[in-house]
Amino acid sequence: MSFQVVVLWSDALLFVLIAAIIGLMLWARRQDALRAAWGRVARDGMAMSAATVLAAFVVVGLLDSLHYRARLEAQPGAPAAATARYAVEVHSVLDALLADLRQRSEKTYSAPLATHLYSKEALADSAQREFPRLKHGGAHLGADLSGHEFDIAVRVSRGCAGGMAIWLLLVAAWCRLRGVEVIEMLKVGAGGTAIRPVVLTLLPILLLLGIAISLGGGYHVFGTDKVGQDVLYLSLKSIRTGLLIGTLTTLVMLPLAVLLGILAGYVGGWVDDVIQYLYTTLSSIPGVLLIAAAVLMMQVIIDTHPDWFATSAERADARLLALCLILGMTSWTGVARLLRGETLKLRELEFVQAAQAFGVGRFAIMRRHILPNLMHIVLIALVMDFSGLVLAEAVLSYVGVGVDPSTISFGTMINTARMELAREPMVWWSLAAAFSFMFALVLAANLFADAVRDAFDPRSSA
Amino acid sequence: MLAYIIRRLLYAIPILVGVNLLTFGLFFVVNTPDDMARMQLGVKRVTPEAIEKWKAERGYDKPLVWNAKAQSTAAFTDTIFFSKSVRMFAGDFGRADDGRDIAREIGTRMGPSLAIAVPTFILGLFVAISFALLLVFFRATPLDFAGVVLCVAMMSISGLFYIIGGQWLVSKVWHLAPISGYSGGLDAAKFLILPVIIGVIGGIGASTRWYRTIFLEEITRDYVRTARAKGLPERVVLFRHVLRNAMIPILTGVVVVIPTLFMGSLLTESFFGIPGLGSYTIDAINAQDFAVVRSMVFIGSALYIVGLLLTDISYTLADPRVRLQ
Repeated sequence: MSFQVVVLWSDALLFVLIAAIIGLMLWARRQDALRAAWGRVARDGMAMSAATVLAAFVVVGLLDSLHYRARLEAQPGAPAAATARYAVEVHSVLDALLADLRQRSEKTYSAPLATHLYSKEALADSAQREFPRLKHGGAHLGADLSGHEFDIAVRVSRGCAGGMAIWLLLVAAWCRLRGVEVIEMLKVGAGGTAIRPVVLTLLPILLLLGIAISLGGGYHVFGTDKVGQDVLYLSLKSIRTGLLIGTLTTLVMLPLAVLLGILAGYVGGWVDDVIQYLYTTLSSIPGVLLIAAAVLMMQVIIDTHPDWFATSAERADARLLALCLILGMTSWTGVARLLRGETLKLRELEFVQAAQAFGVGRFAIMRRHILPNLMHIVLIALVMDFSGLVLAEAVLSYVGVGVDPSTISFGTMINTARMELAREPMVWWSLAAAFSFMFALVLAANLFADAVRDAFDPRSSA
Repeated sequence: MLAYIIRRLLYAIPILVGVNLLTFGLFFVVNTPDDMARMQLGVKRVTPEAIEKWKAERGYDKPLVWNAKAQSTAAFTDTIFFSKSVRMFAGDFGRADDGRDIAREIGTRMGPSLAIAVPTFILGLFVAISFALLLVFFRATPLDFAGVVLCVAMMSISGLFYIIGGQWLVSKVWHLAPISGYSGGLDAAKFLILPVIIGVIGGIGASTRWYRTIFLEEITRDYVRTARAKGLPERVVLFRHVLRNAMIPILTGVVVVIPTLFMGSLLTESFFGIPGLGSYTIDAINAQDFAVVRSMVFIGSALYIVGLLLTDISYTLADPRVRLQ
């Protein structure tokens, strides 16, 4: 094999999560009530369109979660039977797909689609300091730069055409499969199906993808950062970090919140007192400070035990997971309080009392009668928290208690770029790219979360 | 009422003790003072003497919770736990790494923090409630829908963007306000105006939507229908009836925040270079000044508990039916 598969802990958890979601979806298909609720989500055009955007982000995140270490070239003269050696660097499938973007780095800043470097340098063949040409951006133009704008226009239209073609192919294939007329499908107006907003959202995504691929072949679409890395590549890499923090944190928090919330509400007595004390104490500490304190301590642990981690990627990964764990430990209190209140209400309802009268055990009642009736709260909390966590990551990285500085994330991008606004002319592109990607992700998540809440919250459906 | 307040204050003690134990565990048990010293002095080249010196300077060279060498009560008092954690209850926070007294530092930095936080809070509350009432007044119209979409969009923008974008636009392009800095007295106003406005704008999205939900829940009640049936104009219904009855859920979310205004805002203060408690905390986190972080955790949770108490008291003011006993 020419590579060695590396499964980082966060990858494994992410795949477990995806498997769990698929399993739950299959299970929910067979439940009438759940199917009805999801049906309401599916009929909401805005929600489906947001879900499509989210799915695009998830695909990028998943591609970035398949890690491997490339095999090193055998030393000349080494025996053929020698054990294969692998690179220390851990790459992902996304890295391999974007190998061009990753490797074509410049010396320092360059503006989006530029052909020259941002800062002047003394060139060997001239007396004055000039803007040197970029090594890769616009290199195909040669010495004559008069065709720069024209070249960009050609590439944009070519990208658009490509995206459009792929989209038409997909639509045609889908309609063929379902036996629907293509025109019917795209008709604007009433009588929409769940698939139509998806198809319509797919068009801009594919157009943008086409333009990015076509422009990215010859230019740095979003420019380059201080050390000359392509900003588009950094933005795409940041998606995984954001997704991980948004999902794994809730995954950590949920079991704790569900277990303690239900126990406090159903068992009552001293158990209730202890659990209430626990979450009042935890929630009384200002969130950022508790996280900061815990992260500082975690840093001490990681720094004093360098031998725990084989590669730097593993160390960064451990820190990311620890951050999720800490965020989860500090944020379970809100959900636990909600669940406790709801359990208190459910406990008094007839079906629970009937179960008690039949002599069903405490834990069986909690598992079989209480828990299923709380799942909508859990689901709503899960989707509502996601966007907040993605935003929190950026703030925490700014405060200095976020992900490892070597991990590419929206927070680290913003943090390194924010000092550059003071420069003249301004270096705005890294910030703009990070904020736009983050905005798209969070907006899609918020819109989807709203639809899910409306569909599952019994109060709002009335 | 007084008995209730006293009892609630007594309830606060176990919570503060819990916070104290938690921070103690986090800062001294999970990691020993040796680990902290090694981290601060650099992991590789550090001599045992340097570690001992670092610990002695900060008083971390004592035993953790029980001093076997000392006599009687000193066995308990001459320990890290007593000198660093228990004494916080007396307002003694010790010294920061730069040798300054933390309690005094907090006293002087509280002013600038409040100067930003209080106007932001009041203005933000006023603006968000007005917008929410406006949206409710035009409910189920395109204006309402557009307003909600705008709120969701504004919620989805990172708080960092509001600050960075605002600083760039107002200070750098328009030259309307200084980009950062602070000065005492009335001069402070020109430094405060930008952070306050940015703080208000950054918070509008989430809070307007939240108030709108509260008002909409209230507006389906029977008393609203009665008020309309009496022929009251919608304006009066909203301001006189709905707003007042929505006070309880509003107070629940709002009053808790008031005492924590003292803590200042981490982001705003550090971006605008305002010497308040928020930037103090951030500097401490960046410099890994554990003593300061510990003190801020303690103060923050104490203020939060005060906030909970104030919330309960405010209920009696907003709703005469609520009796505290």
